[in-house]
Amino acid sequence: MMRFLLLFSRQGKLRLQKWFTPIPEREKKKIVRDMTTMVLARKPRSCNFLHWKDLKIVYKRYASLYFCCGLDAEENELIALEMLHRYVELLDKYFGNVCELDIIFNFEKAYFILDEFLLGGEIQETSKQVVSRAIEASDMLQEVRCCPVGTDLRSVFPSS
Amino acid sequence: MSDVVEKTLSALPSLLSLDSNAGAGKLSSTSKLGNLIRGITELTSKHDEEKLIKKELAAIKEQVASPNTTMRQMKEIMVRAIYCEMLGYQASVSYIHAIKLAQQGSVLEKRLGYLAVSLFLNESDEFLLLLVNTVLKDLQSTNLNEVCMALTAVSQMFPKDMIPAILPIVEEKLTHPKEVIRRKAVLALYKFYLIAPNQVQHIHSKFRKALCDKDPGVMTASLHIYLQLVKESPESYKDLTVSFVTILRQVVGGKLPMDFNYHSVPAPWLQIQLLRILAYLGKEDQGTSEMMYDVLEESLRRAEMNHNITYAILYECVKSIYTVYPKAELLEKAAKCIGNFVLSPKINLKYLGLKALTYVVAQDPNLALPHQMTIIECLDHSDIIIKRATLELLFRITNAQNVTVIVEKMLEFLRQSSNDYSTVDLVGKVAELAEKYSPDNGWFVQTMNSVFSLGGDRMQPDIPNNFLRLLAEGFDSVEEDRQLRLFAVDSYVLLLQGETASLPQCFLQVISWVLGEYAHLRPDQASDPGKVMRLLTRLLDQRHASAQTRRWILSALTKLCSSPVSIALARDVGERYFGSLDTVLRQRAHELMILSQDAGLRGRVLSAEGRLEHVEVDSSLSFLDGHVSEALAAGAAPYKPPHQRQEELAHEKALSLEPYGLSLPVSLSTCSITDRLTDRQSPTRLSISSSVSGNSTELSLKGGSTTLKLDGVKRVWGKEGYLVQQPKEVVEETPLPPTELPSPLGSFQSPVSQTQTASPGPEPDQERQQLASSLFVGVGTHHSVCLMGRTEAAPQRFRRKPKGTGSSSGTSEHSSNSSHSSSGTAAGNTLDSTTAATGQQISQHALGHPPVNGNPIVETPGPLPPVRDGGVAAEIPTGHTDSGTLADPNEDPVPVRPRDLPLISHLPAELSGLARSKLTTLCPGPDPGLALSSCRVYKEDALVLVVFVSNNSDSTLHRVALRFTSKQLEVSCVSGDLVEEVKGHSVATCQYAVVMMRASVDVELAGLVSYQRVPGQPRATPFSLRLSLKHFIRPLTVSTGEYGKMWLSFSHDVKQNLRLITAGDQSPLTATLDTLRDRLHLHVVDIIGSEGIVACRLLRGQPCLLHCRVHADSLAVWLRSPIPEFPDSLLYHCQKALAEA
Repeated sequence: MMRFLLLFSRQGKLRLQKWFTPIPEREKKKIVRDMTTMVLARKPRSCNFLHWKDLKIVYKRYASLYFCCGLDAEENELIALEMLHRYVELLDKYFGNVCELDIIFNFEKAYFILDEFLLGGEIQETSKQVVSRAIEASDMLQEVRCCPVGTDLRSVFPSS
Repeated sequence: MSDVVEKTLSALPSLLSLDSNAGAGKLSSTSKLGNLIRGITELTSKHDEEKLIKKELAAIKEQVASPNTTMRQMKEIMVRAIYCEMLGYQASVSYIHAIKLAQQGSVLEKRLGYLAVSLFLNESDEFLLLLVNTVLKDLQSTNLNEVCMALTAVSQMFPKDMIPAILPIVEEKLTHPKEVIRRKAVLALYKFYLIAPNQVQHIHSKFRKALCDKDPGVMTASLHIYLQLVKESPESYKDLTVSFVTILRQVVGGKLPMDFNYHSVPAPWLQIQLLRILAYLGKEDQGTSEMMYDVLEESLRRAEMNHNITYAILYECVKSIYTVYPKAELLEKAAKCIGNFVLSPKINLKYLGLKALTYVVAQDPNLALPHQMTIIECLDHSDIIIKRATLELLFRITNAQNVTVIVEKMLEFLRQSSNDYSTVDLVGKVAELAEKYSPDNGWFVQTMNSVFSLGGDRMQPDIPNNFLRLLAEGFDSVEEDRQLRLFAVDSYVLLLQGETASLPQCFLQVISWVLGEYAHLRPDQASDPGKVMRLLTRLLDQRHASAQTRRWILSALTKLCSSPVSIALARDVGERYFGSLDTVLRQRAHELMILSQDAGLRGRVLSAEGRLEHVEVDSSLSFLDGHVSEALAAGAAPYKPPHQRQEELAHEKALSLEPYGLSLPVSLSTCSITDRLTDRQSPTRLSISSSVSGNSTELSLKGGSTTLKLDGVKRVWGKEGYLVQQPKEVVEETPLPPTELPSPLGSFQSPVSQTQTASPGPEPDQERQQLASSLFVGVGTHHSVCLMGRTEAAPQRFRRKPKGTGSSSGTSEHSSNSSHSSSGTAAGNTLDSTTAATGQQISQHALGHPPVNGNPIVETPGPLPPVRDGGVAAEIPTGHTDSGTLADPNEDPVPVRPRDLPLISHLPAELSGLARSKLTTLCPGPDPGLALSSCRVYKEDALVLVVFVSNNSDSTLHRVALRFTSKQLEVSCVSGDLVEEVKGHSVATCQYAVVMMRASVDVELAGLVSYQRVPGQPRATPFSLRLSLKHFIRPLTVSTGEYGKMWLSFSHDVKQNLRLITAGDQSPLTATLDTLRDRLHLHVVDIIGSEGIVACRLLRGQPCLLHCRVHADSLAVWLRSPIPEFPDSLLYHCQKALAEA
């Protein structure tokens, strides 16, 4: 199971944090601090896997953004790496050539995408199409908002 | 992939200058969030940021409170609040509004509300209770989106106790026509299973349906549950092996829709999940394993593309192959696969290759041989992670022949590493290897010196403890022992002559102890007795030595003063610390002064022979029980351990949860947040509970307990009070499995290196070749067995002497059954000083310090036998009145007297079918013609005391009357209050119903029997008997719901950790609760997962509820009752019952 997922910039600024198990606030802060210092200190082209206490840490840098997750000891590091990659692909598909700024200013969207992809620390849906469809459905709701008052949502959205 | 996100921060400034083109469509430049983010980005100092966020939070607070804020604005505010939280600032004022938004907003606002809730709160937050209704409503909504949102929210954070409320609806969703809903429902149930396994037990059949779902997504989701289930009990799911194998075969064969492909590999996540499940199923099970060999092989074969994802599958596949029952052919293929990893130029793969090797060398150490050159390369790799993994691998292949090289490599790594966590881990490993395979004394001592100086004060405390024990106990040869000790002494003297500032405190303590004990072995000790002492004194005066260390040093000095020179030195030191502010130091200084002057006393106290004597310590301070019960009787508040006090404080602050009328004691889970978090999967799994809580709880039994088992316990005063915890720890250390080994020297014969023949390697240079041969020596042919089961067959140099098992088990039992209460400040002081001084107890332990009762501060009764205890013994010669049907087989059986049988036959018929205790003789009074015996009969509504008055003489007894007096008991006569006459050699029976008025651990019932042998001449004999609380306890049959209600209404509670009982195949919780039920007549209401609830009542009195939770390896018990004394007393009996079990 994934314990947490953090996105932070090269400067160590947190851009997104998701905790899949209940962790006290202080502990969270410590983890964020430790992760940023540990990961940022890594040289390019070194191993993407680290250890922190009894957790496996898998991180990857995409442009200016670091994606970093903590896993249970029995998890497979490589598949976690691909999990991060799939998340980036999903973000990319949604934002269209995603960049850090997209995530900074629309972090709630990034969370929504993550919630469709991972649930409770486990992968929920691996298909890019299905995840994007789910997100698109929600975004259509956003457009519905512009409809004149009184429009029946269900008529716009027949599947529901 | 990096090209996908190739826009970097460099673009940021241009964007921030507001006339942005790129990305501007997505972010409204005028939005408040946009302004906030921009504002933050422009700031340079942390301080400014803090100021800005404070302002922002104030604005948020104002806006959320305003009644004019629309839901739409609220949504925007939430986004800003999430942002503030992400920056590390608490936006707690918005939490409640996030819930409101989820409750009242339109679909879109609701979505954000749920998101905010999931980010702000976690499942133990009380706020979440407010969300339950919303979730319930949304789950039943006709809008798919709302259902999805609710399910997503539920699987992220949902209060455990509220699961029953929504479970049926979530279950219903398993049959929903939309696959996305089914999938989310399965994941929600998975989450429920993780947090409250018992609640979803009844729907296991539905999981099977999900496994067969026509949608592969739902099926994949169900595998999460199955992985968990199979992991916990593989036996129950063997029948599914075929299904899993079939699914895997279909997936590998590409039968799934293209949707599930990831980089043209079919459903890799699904494959890995299945491989894991198969590994659990096939482990140590040949039959099941055979079913999966084919598909495992196919997976191995199919995964051939050169992409990370295929390697991920391969890695998992190799792991499975090595986990299931071995098949030679497959193992070989898997081993070849590992080669691909190890030899890969990609660093991630290399790392995993090393991990895989670490894993497989346990099965066959020869597998490391083909890769030895790669391993050597990795040892010098620039990436520290790779190095670390390599050392881990080497650790697994260490034997007596390569230990020096491997340990050297490890120490080298330690010298460079700065990571605390890995240092602690590795230091432990070095110590383990050194102890196991050390080739000679000098090396061992040197290695341990490095361990202590590198490990510092962070390392596991058992490393120095083990080391000192090893020195103290020695091993088989006396001469060897002497040499080892001398080596240690010499090396420490050398160290102390140099610079000591850099040595960690724990090392200094080890040094002091060893010098104190063994400096006399030095040949120059006689000629220059002051040398070692001067070194220690110098250390004592250095500023970097902590107070703790100074205490060790003073102890060492006390042991060393044997010559006039050293006595003078000692007096000097003693005078300097005579007035120290540190009480323990001061005490030590006093002792030093006294002992250095009085050679006779020193000889007795610190005799050289007595050093290894085992010191038994009454860690429970039970001799204070009398004092405590007096204090309690006088109205003192019972002692509460600090954690409980804190909890109560927290409890007072917490929300009142009563109106919810939950089926389970909500407060347990919701109020003790901190407690829960440590117990739940906090990512660190630091066991906070271990020593701290163990210590505090062990010391905290309340109530006036007066009949403790103290046999065999010598009460010992330590220098700074009582020695509480340490001796027990020392004893409990499991001695290494006794291994048959030849003489220590025999362990490294024939350093044959098979390595040259084993691997050609790609033309390595000579140095590496040499390193390789030294590293891999002994790995291979004839040593393979030894590596596989290192523990059994390893030639172990230092073998601990087996400890006297009797004494060790005795001690631990005492500490667990012991009870202690401290109500006065005196006892409190003692406790504090003992915790402060735990570090030194080894020294005293091995020293065999007899009690030195000279503590100037802590005023406590001396090591006298407990007054109460002795008193009781004198009062009741038939000490074991306590056996009975309630009681346990362990209690000493009352010797069956020949006349027992006839006496029992006098038992009134109406009582004969009931549970009763054995007969006990009451008063062997001055009159041999009269004998009293009693027996307790446990009726559902009363405790009946039956007293048999037997007249053993020929004459008749007249007007036999019994009178009882007791403050705590109410005794009413049922029959036979006054018997007019008892004929010669006959028996009269009297029955009394006894009720305990105030709950207390046990009470004494004094009685007087009056009779007339000759009419007109009354005589009387007093007698007494003891009744214990457990005789008055009856099960209280309540339902879980009633229990929950009662729980909330009771105000007096006590919390304590008890020891768990392990018995056979029962879970420890069940075993423990069963024991309590059988011994104390409790009613086990329900057992849910790791928690159990138990209820009982006092006869004609109030109930007491127990809530038990398994916490690490102890049982955290929380007792509640409407009467204050009941929980305390009951707890005592629980402890006793468990200790006796």
